[in-house]
Amino acid sequence: MDGIADMGGTEGWGTATAPRRDEPPFAEPWEGRAFAMTVLSMGRISGRNLDAFRHALERLPRVAYLDDGYYGRWLNAAELMLTESAILAPGAVDARARNLQGGHVEEPPAPAEPAKPDYTPTGPGSLREVPEPPRFAPGDRVRAKDMSPAGHTRLPRYVRGHVGTVEAVQPGHLLPDTHAHFEGENPQHVFTVAFDSHDLWGPDAESFSLTIELFDSYLEPA
Amino acid sequence: MTTSADPGTERLSPALRTEALEQLLTERGLVDPKVMDGFIANYETKVGPLNGAKVVAKAWTDPEYRARLLADGTAAVKELGFGGPQGEHIVVVENTPQRHNVTVCTLCSCYPWPVLGLPPSWYKDPAYRARVVREPRAVLAEMGLELADDVEIVVRDSSSEVRWLVLPERPAGTEDLSEEELVPLITRDALVGVAKVAAP
Repeated sequence: MDGIADMGGTEGWGTATAPRRDEPPFAEPWEGRAFAMTVLSMGRISGRNLDAFRHALERLPRVAYLDDGYYGRWLNAAELMLTESAILAPGAVDARARNLQGGHVEEPPAPAEPAKPDYTPTGPGSLREVPEPPRFAPGDRVRAKDMSPAGHTRLPRYVRGHVGTVEAVQPGHLLPDTHAHFEGENPQHVFTVAFDSHDLWGPDAESFSLTIELFDSYLEPA
Repeated sequence: MTTSADPGTERLSPALRTEALEQLLTERGLVDPKVMDGFIANYETKVGPLNGAKVVAKAWTDPEYRARLLADGTAAVKELGFGGPQGEHIVVVENTPQRHNVTVCTLCSCYPWPVLGLPPSWYKDPAYRARVVREPRAVLAEMGLELADDVEIVVRDSSSEVRWLVLPERPAGTEDLSEEELVPLITRDALVGVAKVAAP
């Protein structure tokens, strides 16, 4: 999905922040609460999965994605997953929050029946065996397909259409593009592909190489 | 989401909405605040960059471990007892005087939790996510790491479930330090590749 989450190579974000050595994992207590509830919500409570969570993140409106910060973004994606699985009624969190502030808002009743996805993982995590041999080997030249899927994908815009070299074959993984939509695991081989910075960003770019893990179906021989 | 609220309605803070969501889920028995407390404390106190520092200190002092770490990061990290979510498949790459690796996730903020804990704020910042794949030398300089022009930079974008860990260079002057003495020198920033490890 060509949404706001796909940030690689985009401009306008200002300077990078210098690290602080002793930064705590959570800057404020609510961030830890949002983190824990999101992890529980992406699986056990909503019946969704990590890829569906990432897809929820990338569907957030710009303000909900950016202005609430990292754990605010998680909170907003958790709320979206819980609403889509009919665990929460739309507007329930907003109404409760206004009442916590001293408001008098009628809260929508919880939905009668959850509507969790009809989906059962074949095993824990995302590593899967792929019976077929890998299509590419280290040293092969490959092109990242120039495509803009409407749904979830882990093929960022900035590598699409560009040619790189396979550096390594990684273990097989389930395919996020279908897993996020509960359309099956479709395990595929994953390739670490190296790109030259000038191929990605033009002759005036800094000189460096970049590697990224690409699923078999994102690639074609070059 | 507050963005669906009526225009003109005051935007509610994520802190307040987090409290509201926890109340709603707790009332229905869907979350247990005590379980959440334990989960949060685990990431505040147990799963953090100290794990990664132990891995690196061992690799610096034990050549056989170093070889195993570079050959199969997941298994070598597991030898020290570290594994779990976001650590299914860990690949370790070595920084040298000629070659500098730096990691990022441009699509979200994927990060090797079992060895580095949860990502720091700069790693999740759009400026880092967007720019380090386009002008890494400039970004690293802004963050305080100036690399010589002849150092080759390799940027690792963690777009799948493969998680990268950088094995930084052991600083000169630490030859006599033990594994235990090396651990406190090793920062999370060096294990992502935005800093080097300094001698004490």
